[in-house]
Amino acid sequence: MKPLSGKTFIFGDDIDTEEIIPARFLSSGNAEELARHCMQDIDPEFVRRLKPGDMIVAGRNFGSGSGREHAPLALKGAGLSCIIAKSFGRIFYRNAINIGLPILICEEAFESVNQGDELEADIETGQIRNKTKQETYQAEGFSPLLRKIIDSGGLIEAIRQGVLK
Amino acid sequence: MGKTIVEKILAERSGRKAVKPGDEIYTKVDLCLGNDVTAPIAIQQFYSAGGEQVVDPGKFVLVPDHYTPSRDIDAAERCQSMRRFALEQDIENFFDVGQMGIAHNLLLERGLVTAGDLAIGADSHTCTYGALGAFALGVGSTDLAGAMLTGKCWFQVPETIRVYFRGDLQPWVSGKDLALYLLKHIGVDGARYQALEFHGEAVRSLSQEGRFTLCNMVVEMGAKVGIIEPDEVTKAYLKNRSQRKPKYLSSDSNAEYIATLEYDATRIRPQVAFPSSPANVHNADEVGPEPIDQVFIGSCTNGWLEDLRMAAEVLLVARRPVHPRVRLIVVPATPDIYRQALREGVLQTFADAGGVIGPPNCGPCMGAHMGVLGDGERCLSTASRNSVGRMGSPKAEIFLAGPAVAAATAVLGRIGTPEDI
Repeated sequence: MKPLSGKTFIFGDDIDTEEIIPARFLSSGNAEELARHCMQDIDPEFVRRLKPGDMIVAGRNFGSGSGREHAPLALKGAGLSCIIAKSFGRIFYRNAINIGLPILICEEAFESVNQGDELEADIETGQIRNKTKQETYQAEGFSPLLRKIIDSGGLIEAIRQGVLK
Repeated sequence: MGKTIVEKILAERSGRKAVKPGDEIYTKVDLCLGNDVTAPIAIQQFYSAGGEQVVDPGKFVLVPDHYTPSRDIDAAERCQSMRRFALEQDIENFFDVGQMGIAHNLLLERGLVTAGDLAIGADSHTCTYGALGAFALGVGSTDLAGAMLTGKCWFQVPETIRVYFRGDLQPWVSGKDLALYLLKHIGVDGARYQALEFHGEAVRSLSQEGRFTLCNMVVEMGAKVGIIEPDEVTKAYLKNRSQRKPKYLSSDSNAEYIATLEYDATRIRPQVAFPSSPANVHNADEVGPEPIDQVFIGSCTNGWLEDLRMAAEVLLVARRPVHPRVRLIVVPATPDIYRQALREGVLQTFADAGGVIGPPNCGPCMGAHMGVLGDGERCLSTASRNSVGRMGSPKAEIFLAGPAVAAATAVLGRIGTPEDI
């Protein structure tokens, strides 16, 4: 699988799903439409500056709060290739895995990466290469069940391929 | 090695002899909930995946509660998609305007979930049902679609934190105050991915509804589930209500916990969370003058009859109407609660004081309708969340509290407790 690569956008701790996609935009289930309002209340310029393949590196508890699947959908629709965080809100974590939005848990990355750094992430090995700073970080692995879902590209894909028993 | 109630439920439901934290399970569930935000996505995914017949339609509960009665054309179309799907798939537990209320309160009231159940809901406050001694988990729309296709859902067995609230509660202190107090101490990710198991005299003294309120808020602490071992209060609640046979389980005395937290509940005062985190909690009688424009009493957290009664009692004690600047919006959580509150004169009390009463739904809590906030407005809400933009404008401010503080605040025009009146 080709590694994901793009520039980094840094976010802090406790970015909740309300900030990722405000409730007033939830009437669309469409990823492209949701994408336009991604992070709108905390960083109105975010979507405009984003290029497909770019990544988010965030602190603790990214995606906390409501379990709205619109949050990872908006991020995926906006073209983000990977979300790297110290930790994820529980329902966001499962939603991202279920819809095939690549996520990686890595404290080191948050400590070291700067806004704008060019990153390359391999979601199979969990290795993250910072091409700007010439550094490498190792993300946590996933458990066997989650590995199956991720490798299939999402929960529905895993069910259709019959890999879940 | 002893097992926690969560470990016992997950072992039993997955057909294993025992489970431990970190174990992965993919197994059938007892209940699957979807609402008007989450079900339409799941329905679409079900069909795109080639789904034809939902597995175990009797386990599904569909409740359009966020935007209902339909606030716009999009909301109406969401309800239409759920209505059509329920009809086509023989899903009996679809509740339309007239029967619907806030999903969690409604399905608890109707006994659709019971002690010992493994329940999933595509809504983060599904954790509420843990107060019955069930494993009740908030999941996403895709999980719901997966359950439609297979009847199953995936879980990882959590560690459990045991929490004791010891001693008797002060007057006006409720399950909501215990939840806010705990948030103050452990923060918004203090129980990340873990189960919170509640114990102690203060917890046992709560009614079943007060326990629902406490478990409702565990998601704000990052927890997977909240749980309270069933006792006589639980059994009385489930008697003549539970649609299926309850399974009463409890933790072994030598079960393993990742941590034990102990609090002296006798010292807990009425609490209030300041903008913009539910963990930004203070004693409500120690805050400076904080003027308030709107008070919302309702939501899955505090829309129970007991909450409305408590708020009405404060208004009666006050013997004055709502402060001229304050808009008081009261929303009973279900039609039965609405009707009973009407019969008891509770709704009359709100109306006489100058409040408005809305049909059962989630609306104001997440800025969907019925009391959206504009720039600079300040609302005290009995719901569970106050993040930036939650109730409308990102330049509005939201405070969280229980029904007693909410009613006192409505009269005072500023944050206060019944003792301030």
